[in-house]
Amino acid sequence: MPEMTVLDHRNDPAAAVPGWRPGATAPRTDPAPLLPDAEPLRVLGTPAADAADPALLRELYRRLVAGRRYNQQATTLTKQGRLAVYPASTGQEACQVAAALALRPDDWLFPSYRDTLAVVARGVDPLQALTLLRGDAHTGYDPRATRTAPLCTPLATQVPHAVGLAHAARLAGDDTVALALLGDGGTSEGDFHEGLNFAAVLHAPVVFLVQNNGYAISVPLTRQSAAPTLAHKAVGYGMPGRLVDGNDALAVHRVLTEAVERARTGGGPTLVEALTYRIEAHTNADDATRYRQAEEVEAWRAHDPVRLLEDALRGRGLLDEQLVADAAERAEQLAARMRAEFHTDPELDPMSLFAHVYAEPTQQLCEQAGQLAAELAAEAEVHGR
Amino acid sequence: MSTVAGERTGPRTGTMAQALNLALRDAMRADKTVHVLGEDVGALGGVFRITDGLTAEFGPDRCLDTPLAEAGILGTAVGMAMYGLRPVVEMQFDAFAYPALEQLFSHVAKMRNRTAGKLPLPITVRIPYGGGIGGVEHHSDASEAYYAATPGLHVVAPATVGDAYGLLRAAIASDDPVVFLEPKRLYWGKDGWDPAAPVEPIGRAVLRRPGTSAVLVTYGPSLPVCLEAAEAAKAEGWDLAVLDLRSLVPFDEATACAVVRSLGRAVVVHESAGFGGAGAEIAARLTEKCFHHLAAPVLRVTGFDVPYPPPMLEHHHLPGVDRILDAVARLQWEE
Repeated sequence: MPEMTVLDHRNDPAAAVPGWRPGATAPRTDPAPLLPDAEPLRVLGTPAADAADPALLRELYRRLVAGRRYNQQATTLTKQGRLAVYPASTGQEACQVAAALALRPDDWLFPSYRDTLAVVARGVDPLQALTLLRGDAHTGYDPRATRTAPLCTPLATQVPHAVGLAHAARLAGDDTVALALLGDGGTSEGDFHEGLNFAAVLHAPVVFLVQNNGYAISVPLTRQSAAPTLAHKAVGYGMPGRLVDGNDALAVHRVLTEAVERARTGGGPTLVEALTYRIEAHTNADDATRYRQAEEVEAWRAHDPVRLLEDALRGRGLLDEQLVADAAERAEQLAARMRAEFHTDPELDPMSLFAHVYAEPTQQLCEQAGQLAAELAAEAEVHGR
Repeated sequence: MSTVAGERTGPRTGTMAQALNLALRDAMRADKTVHVLGEDVGALGGVFRITDGLTAEFGPDRCLDTPLAEAGILGTAVGMAMYGLRPVVEMQFDAFAYPALEQLFSHVAKMRNRTAGKLPLPITVRIPYGGGIGGVEHHSDASEAYYAATPGLHVVAPATVGDAYGLLRAAIASDDPVVFLEPKRLYWGKDGWDPAAPVEPIGRAVLRRPGTSAVLVTYGPSLPVCLEAAEAAKAEGWDLAVLDLRSLVPFDEATACAVVRSLGRAVVVHESAGFGGAGAEIAARLTEKCFHHLAAPVLRVTGFDVPYPPPMLEHHHLPGVDRILDAVARLQWEE
């Protein structure tokens, strides 16, 4: 053991004032209550699951089954060239669905690009949630009407947005809560840290859910963070960190409901880390076999969120044939709608390029709109249209 | 409240810093959704005192001292604007805005477009701008070209005390994001102005000085330099007009072209670097639109293409009267 440095306190102002530390103007708080539990919270398969509301369990099941099918169909659509890209959330359905269901309709969701299922769980039309990835419009839904921010492609930049919105809601006297979703890679970005710090300092009613799926494209968590868990990062900002099994829909729903309620009633922000796994590659353009072993994927398949929920429902005698058939039919109807809707290219108005750059287009934009209109007219003449 | 409305109307003499402060104050009084946020904007009143007294009058929620993190400040303002507020963000010095550029470029500039008009962001980003105050590095950058090259942003640069008031009021009232560049070396210049006077909307240039020989096209901190150069040029027989653009986006092409066509000679003057600078765009546009009216190429007088120099060398970098007069002499174009 190295010899400890003995400080000379004779000229140290700290020695004169008990409890003083450099820069401190606020009492030092005990970090212990903020620390996450040693093990992620699990509810499914424990006695606590027996107390869960059957209606909630059924709803989660229907949505998870539909979400799994949505992921499959969207991935197929990329292979047919009907979607430009799709980052599947197969294996992460429980995180997204259960988190979104913990919100009230007037709360706000700030999703990242892999969170289409959360967006759909908010009530956004499943096809409108895909326009970004289809490539016909950046955001196919009305964020204000659905209280759902655009799917965010830059990492973690939506985190301070959620903080600012929650702060503004609190100033307005509303008990609205904002929920920001992000991945493990996003926790390395500056905006994540700045956002969490702002949230804690402003005591904003916001919840951050990190879906830790193990990889940021190809970079494993060990290369992403040296923290004991990502939930531990909360402590340094002065907010509680919670750790949850992200494949356990009931556990995610419980932790998020508690965090949202805490925010709503003036308790301030919470950082939740959900441990999950991305069964598919980062997107259809990625080759995950280059950076991870099949055994690892198989191990996580055995911890599948849909199967975990099925087992729990079965254990309570809630998985009747009616529910299975109903969930399967809803999922197939959704997939059929996706196939039908994306069968053809959408008719897009080229002039819409200039529609929403400014409230009033500049003179230069008007000229460019004229240029495009002339090009289109010339093209139409050539093609006899 | 110590000041009554009657005392604030009518002409007065004051500094640009006072005019900006009054603009913020009046905007906050007129509209409860206007919120100021930034580092040191509270008790200190900003390092340039532009936000002086706002926290005292409107409380720490409406004039919010934030943690020191520019991306966090601007990102938080995005969320506030999404909920219906009109945030006015202060970036303490120009180069300190760079950590917030991702928020500015990827979200502030694009949110209206990304959401097909559903989420316009009425955010004003105030940036103390440019050199000439003896600041050490990172305190004097002039980065208007980055902002002007980003579709979705308005870029405004007042040069007079009256414009500082009027254009800031207009920026805050705008339903689109505005990068508001405050020429910090003009903060303490006094002038007569009238807060009650009607304000020209953003996007309209103003002829500050009529002339018959050539026009100096400029904005922000270079306006007084151009006016001085125009005065000095009289001795050499040149009667120079001076056009103050007042905003780069929108660019008032109609007014600029009308002046250039009528005079046939033009010099664009700004203090930021020339290569890829705003002057390159302006000169190219004026040449394209006015070619047959030109008696000489549209020339540029700019700062050098160097990182902003140490304060003891900045007077060599910043365009001065002599450099402008040299360019004017070259307007006597001969093949």
